[in-house]
Amino acid sequence: MSATDAARLSFRDPVAARALGRRRSAMDRFITIFCLAATAVGLFFLASILTTLFWRGFAALDWTVLTTEFRPTTYGDDTLPKGGLLHAIVGSLIQVSLATLVGTPIGLLVGTYLAEYARDSALGNAVRFVSDILLSAPSILIGLFIYQLVVLPIGGFSGLAGVLALAIIVIPVVVRTTEDMLQLIPATLREAVIGLGAPKWKMILLVCYKAAISGIVTGVLLAVARIAGETAPLLLTSFGNNVVSFDLMRAMASLPISIYQQANSGFPDLIAIAWAGALLVTLGVLAINIIARVLLRKKS
Amino acid sequence: MSDFVSRIGTAPYVGPRRTAGSVGDAIFEWLCRGAGLIVLLTLGGIILTLFIAGLPAFQHFGLGFIFSTNWDPVEGREEFGAFISIFGTVVSSILAILFAVPVAFGIAYFLTELAPMWLRRPVGTAVELLAAIPSIIYGMWGLFVLVPFVQMNIQLTFGETLGAIPFIGFIFESNSFAGTSLFSAALVLAIMILPFIAATMRDVFEQVPPVYKESAYGLGATRWEVVSGVVIPYTRKSVVGGIMLGLGRALGETMAVTFVIGNANRMPQSIFDPSTTIASVIAMEFPESLAGSLQQSALFAIGFLLFFISFVVLATSRWLLRSRLKG
Repeated sequence: MSATDAARLSFRDPVAARALGRRRSAMDRFITIFCLAATAVGLFFLASILTTLFWRGFAALDWTVLTTEFRPTTYGDDTLPKGGLLHAIVGSLIQVSLATLVGTPIGLLVGTYLAEYARDSALGNAVRFVSDILLSAPSILIGLFIYQLVVLPIGGFSGLAGVLALAIIVIPVVVRTTEDMLQLIPATLREAVIGLGAPKWKMILLVCYKAAISGIVTGVLLAVARIAGETAPLLLTSFGNNVVSFDLMRAMASLPISIYQQANSGFPDLIAIAWAGALLVTLGVLAINIIARVLLRKKS
Repeated sequence: MSDFVSRIGTAPYVGPRRTAGSVGDAIFEWLCRGAGLIVLLTLGGIILTLFIAGLPAFQHFGLGFIFSTNWDPVEGREEFGAFISIFGTVVSSILAILFAVPVAFGIAYFLTELAPMWLRRPVGTAVELLAAIPSIIYGMWGLFVLVPFVQMNIQLTFGETLGAIPFIGFIFESNSFAGTSLFSAALVLAIMILPFIAATMRDVFEQVPPVYKESAYGLGATRWEVVSGVVIPYTRKSVVGGIMLGLGRALGETMAVTFVIGNANRMPQSIFDPSTTIASVIAMEFPESLAGSLQQSALFAIGFLLFFISFVVLATSRWLLRSRLKG
């Protein structure tokens, strides 16, 4: 029913007008209830995931999990020593921190290029487009790429390959936030610096970065949170390992891969350890996200 | 503006300090441009690698590779066809979109129109936290919580009620009672992409000029009439862009799907049958395949197809979202 129809009806016939009014408000109420329910559904899933995780994770999380390497299942025999996730924690810390170290400078420079040098140039637009595609591209394909580029020439899975795959995921996240934050800096600030006779690179390094620092740090934190839980690319690059290893040229364990392998093992004790690992990863990722949010809110 | 600044930055100017500055400027600009080129090369490298490594499979099976439903990695009778995994990828993602879009719209409507101000930030943050949870966690939760629930409560009910519908009833009836199925995968995917779609919708709904909405309210429109008659038409392009972004994410999602889809290389007859997706086939079979084998080449080849599909979807999404922002 169009608005003019409605107007004509209500003008001529008060009964029809009341019926129409009732229908319209009933529709409105129905949509309101639907939207409340939808929000409840969304929050319910979040609550269900978090409670399951905390329930099963904290039940299994103890000192042994944090301090021992992988051990095969005990088949419920309590006299046998239990295994843990030390190898995976160490491997994840190494790979995530190195990948952040490799990816951040590149992402920072690309973001700077897009915001300061190539706001409207053809090359700039191409880089922006490709970076946006990389941001959402299936991460397992990055694993395939690094497999062909690094794993095959080296002759085996390696921590180095894992680091490179994760670094490729870091770059577009840092690019996006860096560009956005640099673009927020007022032009007057730049003009003031240039007016004092500073070269452009000093303006960027000493003034723009300083003004945008909290946003840039937020971007790096979000990138860390993103790669800390990445599993698929690591499956094809660093693959996983059952002992603590610091050798970047050999296969290296990581928390997500260990969770994946142990969760699918079918043994209750290994599955419990997988829940403990899942809890560790999620706590880390959520903590980083919340810190990033607080940083960003302070800024605005 | 930036043009003006960059001209000043690199202007030829006599004097010792200025010269030092422009050398520094040239170096820094090239550093930045070089980093940009690295990004371009990475994407180019991904496309080329997937294509070249997949070429033996493309050559061996020809066009039939895309349409064949045989996938048999057993030695001696290897045969590889991509159709089942393409089908599983597309169907699970589209089902996920069907589940997620109404809920995402509800959340965006709640956050922009219904919720009192003090509630908007906490609820918005909670929904965004859903996006931060790693996919492996969704996979575990899906396997240990959602799959048993689907198996016990949803599958039979659907089969008994909707299964009776003539012609399309078979979609809801399955002989597989493991609970791992296309349906479970679509449900997990829907929860995963929900925050992306909801956040995009909320952001663009908020951009509608208040004057437009106020004039509709002034004419006596109800809240729903304002949203359906003013807000949605005004933001239509970005809303579709947000949905496409969610679709792009769903197509390439690997771990969560691998946990719950059942990884069966058979053509599913029903949404409650186990199936597989391109990303899960790669995750399941690649670590065990031999370097240089036909199987590995076939896995690269389906990776290339996945890249092609998600590239088209993501590029469309970006175009829709960008063109809205500019005008």
